[in-house]
Amino acid sequence: MSAATIAHPAALAPRSLERPGLARLTAVELRKMTDTRAGFWLQLAVAALTVVVVGAACLFAHPEDQTLRSMLAIAVAPASILLPIVGILLVTSEWSQRTGMVTFALVPRRGRVMAAKLLASVVLSLVALALCVVVAVVGTAVASPGLDHTWALPIGLLGQHVVSLGTGMISGVALGAALLASAPAIVCQFALPLAWAIAGRVAGLDTIVHWLDPTSSLAPMTEHLMDATEWARAGTTLALWMVLPLLIGLWRIQRGEIR
Amino acid sequence: MIDSDALTKRYDGRSVLHDVSFRCEPGTVTGFLGPNGAGKTTTLRVLCGLSEPDTGRATVLGGSYRDLPNPAHRVGVLLDASAQHPGRRGREVLAVSAQTIGVPERRVDDLLERVGLDRAAARKRVRQYSLGMRQRLGLAHALLGDPEVLILDEPANGLDPEGMRWMRGLLRDFADRGGTVLLSSHLLGEVQAIADRIVIIGAGRIVAQGASDDLLAGAGTLVSAADHARLALALRSAGLDARPTGDGGLVVDASPEAVGRAALQGGVALTHLGPAEGAGLESLYFELTTEEAA
Repeated sequence: MSAATIAHPAALAPRSLERPGLARLTAVELRKMTDTRAGFWLQLAVAALTVVVVGAACLFAHPEDQTLRSMLAIAVAPASILLPIVGILLVTSEWSQRTGMVTFALVPRRGRVMAAKLLASVVLSLVALALCVVVAVVGTAVASPGLDHTWALPIGLLGQHVVSLGTGMISGVALGAALLASAPAIVCQFALPLAWAIAGRVAGLDTIVHWLDPTSSLAPMTEHLMDATEWARAGTTLALWMVLPLLIGLWRIQRGEIR
Repeated sequence: MIDSDALTKRYDGRSVLHDVSFRCEPGTVTGFLGPNGAGKTTTLRVLCGLSEPDTGRATVLGGSYRDLPNPAHRVGVLLDASAQHPGRRGREVLAVSAQTIGVPERRVDDLLERVGLDRAAARKRVRQYSLGMRQRLGLAHALLGDPEVLILDEPANGLDPEGMRWMRGLLRDFADRGGTVLLSSHLLGEVQAIADRIVIIGAGRIVAQGASDDLLAGAGTLVSAADHARLALALRSAGLDARPTGDGGLVVDASPEAVGRAALQGGVALTHLGPAEGAGLESLYFELTTEEAA
């Protein structure tokens, strides 16, 4: 290796100095989710747990709950719990491990990094859902409950699964961005919706809670084709739990110090 | 080329940078010297667009760092060698950045070899790296895009003497090819060994800057006497300004002849009288660091 090929700052040949494209940045973010030890095991845990819960359903569930539709609802459970955490860590690790100093020095337009993280979240959710569908199909075939509607799966419901996993992970990214610290974000991810539901019950504000409580208003997404009211409830809930923290987070990251 | 123009910054009402101005020209290695907490890192972070100054302007290659479309190809940055994910393998750290900035992955292996990280080291996770190894990885990272400018925060920290000599050669070579290097350090010896220009910062203000040779030669005289108090008195009555060095001597802003006369006038027997050479810079830096400790 000669020195000349490594450092010839004075003799700059024309070359690709253009801005890295969003597709490339998204690929980088996907890579960063899996190339650390923690990231790798987290992804593997999602896959393994999916197989385990579907396996358990094959063995123990009532035949009525062994249809593809039910199997899929069971299969997405681990991903819907763990992907938001992957989303949180995707943002907060840049601060806790201080890799943000490298990331944002390489890509100073911080909004582009965040856009890439959001796109990567969508891609990972789709991959996870594809895996869930495969496992659910295999599970259904193995269990073969022999019902008329064993293999019935409305395409709309599949679409709702996409929305459910995708928004779940984006909510994680949003929460991570708003708090910029892993532990508080993970605690909030689980505690806040719970606290919200309880507070609503105690204060007797059930009507409001219905419109803003993730536990009740996002649950139908994986259960049945939602009607207009349910979509409206899901929308208002997501505005509070996903859009608002995302806006706060983007604002903080855009103008804050990177340490 | 790096241009820091009157940077001022406050955190929580405390002034961390005050009117910080200096320039780094192509072909030079500039040492940014100052005690811990003097504002070195803050200045470098402002230069790299990670932090915004309250007033003043920092430019790299004639423009703001944040306006560079793909900065790693123009400016190599090492802000903190420890700021890497401990669970990522050394080679992967470089590979991820190579992908980000669009350089072929084979360059990663070239650079690992260049900074002296062998295959076994490249396969290790960063958690297992010594500080010296992290510095080498960080330097490889800064060189990834084949930049014209290097901005390095405490790059020699954790390097052994052999590593220091290696880094000096590498940075010298980089500057001799027309590159611009700005590196910070809190150790005068380190900066003396590597830099040909020195900028000294203390408590957020630039206190001295210039060519190393000039600063080190320093006009002035180093003088000492067994009767220290009497010498100080003699100098004062002759109207000469004197600053103590770290080791009991005094640095005087006057020629050895004038100092000799003052001593004769005061009837003080000298134990040493000569040109100050590095002692002026050393005493200045000593004052800065003791002020910080006080």
